[in-house]
Amino acid sequence: MENQLFELQYALDTFYFLVMGALVMWMAAGFSMLEAGLVRSKNTAEILTKNIGLYAIACTMYMLYGYDLMYSGGALLNDIGGQGETYSNAADFYFQVVFVATAMSIVSGAVAERMKLFTFFAFAAIFTLVIYPIEGSWTWGGQDVFGLFNLGEIGFYDFAGSGIVHMAGASAALAGVLVLGPRKGKYDKNGKSRPMMGANLPLATLGTFILWMGWFGFNGGSVLAVASKESADAVALVFVNTNAAAAGGVIAALLLAKSWFGKVDLTMALNGALAGLVAITAGPDTPSVFMATLIGAVGGLIVVFSIVFLDRQLKIDDPVGAISVHGVVGLWGLLAVPLTNSDVGFVGQLAGAGTIFIWVFGVSMALWLSLKTLMGVRVSEEEEDAGVDISECGMEAYPEFVTK
Amino acid sequence: MKMVTVIIQPKRLDSVREGLSEIGVTGVTATEVKGFGRQKGQTELYRGAEFVVEFLPKIKLEIAITDEQVEQVIETIIAKCKINGGNIGDGKIFVTSLEQVIRIRTGETGPNAV
Repeated sequence: MENQLFELQYALDTFYFLVMGALVMWMAAGFSMLEAGLVRSKNTAEILTKNIGLYAIACTMYMLYGYDLMYSGGALLNDIGGQGETYSNAADFYFQVVFVATAMSIVSGAVAERMKLFTFFAFAAIFTLVIYPIEGSWTWGGQDVFGLFNLGEIGFYDFAGSGIVHMAGASAALAGVLVLGPRKGKYDKNGKSRPMMGANLPLATLGTFILWMGWFGFNGGSVLAVASKESADAVALVFVNTNAAAAGGVIAALLLAKSWFGKVDLTMALNGALAGLVAITAGPDTPSVFMATLIGAVGGLIVVFSIVFLDRQLKIDDPVGAISVHGVVGLWGLLAVPLTNSDVGFVGQLAGAGTIFIWVFGVSMALWLSLKTLMGVRVSEEEEDAGVDISECGMEAYPEFVTK
Repeated sequence: MKMVTVIIQPKRLDSVREGLSEIGVTGVTATEVKGFGRQKGQTELYRGAEFVVEFLPKIKLEIAITDEQVEQVIETIIAKCKINGGNIGDGKIFVTSLEQVIRIRTGETGPNAV
């Protein structure tokens, strides 16, 4: 009887893990649609190619060696075996691998409309094979940072990855954007920022809703179990808090945009939803639902200020706002955890954030610069004018003018 | 009065508009068009099959001006569109004479309505 109960629990937890992983996989669709909606139409086919390509690269590289670096399991997953303690080991790999793809997806939007496709793919391969897994081994993997100190012992806590996934992706994106420079024509002679409107706001909205839905898997699955009363309660709270934070982010971003710009701005509302989600990701397990709403709302405010500041003051051209949404708000998410979780302190959170940023930003910068020398990082001016759909993919996403 | 019809590369639209404003042109109509000239089309790929799109995206400008403005308008457009010695595909300027112009709101006619 006891064994049957255990097997039932094991099966249910494994099943839960797989379904949550499938929701996170679906976030790849969300990122694709969001990014396709926020770039100009001449760069649509290329950003979609990037998104499906990076997803496949992430899955393959993490299988080859990344998972082993981060946890263990051997190259090519040779040693992961079947049965785990409370769920199947293969389910664990599946849930982890979709997170790697999420981190990489963050980069593609920030470098949109001007990067060489295969330079991006080369970066994606190294990022998902080495850069992210090593950072993950220090955090969720529990290993010492180069044998020097242990983030877990310092008290660093990141439930589902505001820092480990989102800020890490944004750090790599920031390095990429700094190497790449702004899109042609983004800043005029006087350095004034000129808006480059996204071509398809319905797609961007659909992408945001898909991400919102996928996030239930991202945070909900990170409870790692559902088949006991205790874990079921935890999962339910995480779902509700994730949803509440996104709602708070939207409302805050809407109100701020309305009072600052005079009009509500749909793209800011969309970024507000994502900011709320990123903000709650580090600790959806402890706040009350009202507190989760507030944490998300602060994220929604931060993201609007951050996008405008990066764009106008720092002249960092990030077409989809990925660095603000995932990086700046990711940091806020980490720092918000001690507000509701008495086991977590600001020092540990700052140490963890600093470690992640220095590692990912530093190594990514070195990698982007090497790729720049080896294969070039940016398309030519003519190619950028014509759009990377034609120059990189040879096709148009919207071939409206057909003669035969 | 003249009607100047201009075909240009889409990327030149901003600087042409700025240049025309600077010399006192008060109105321009722009249309997205497709066309071909000496610049052949572009080669595209679809599922591995190569094909040539013989019509390339261009911008057509229609500018109604007085006779005195013609020379300056043409000079400005050339200056803004012929970059680095010029390329095939930079476009073309057509000048035709304009019989009558009427401003709908006031009923003004002729050069005053341009």
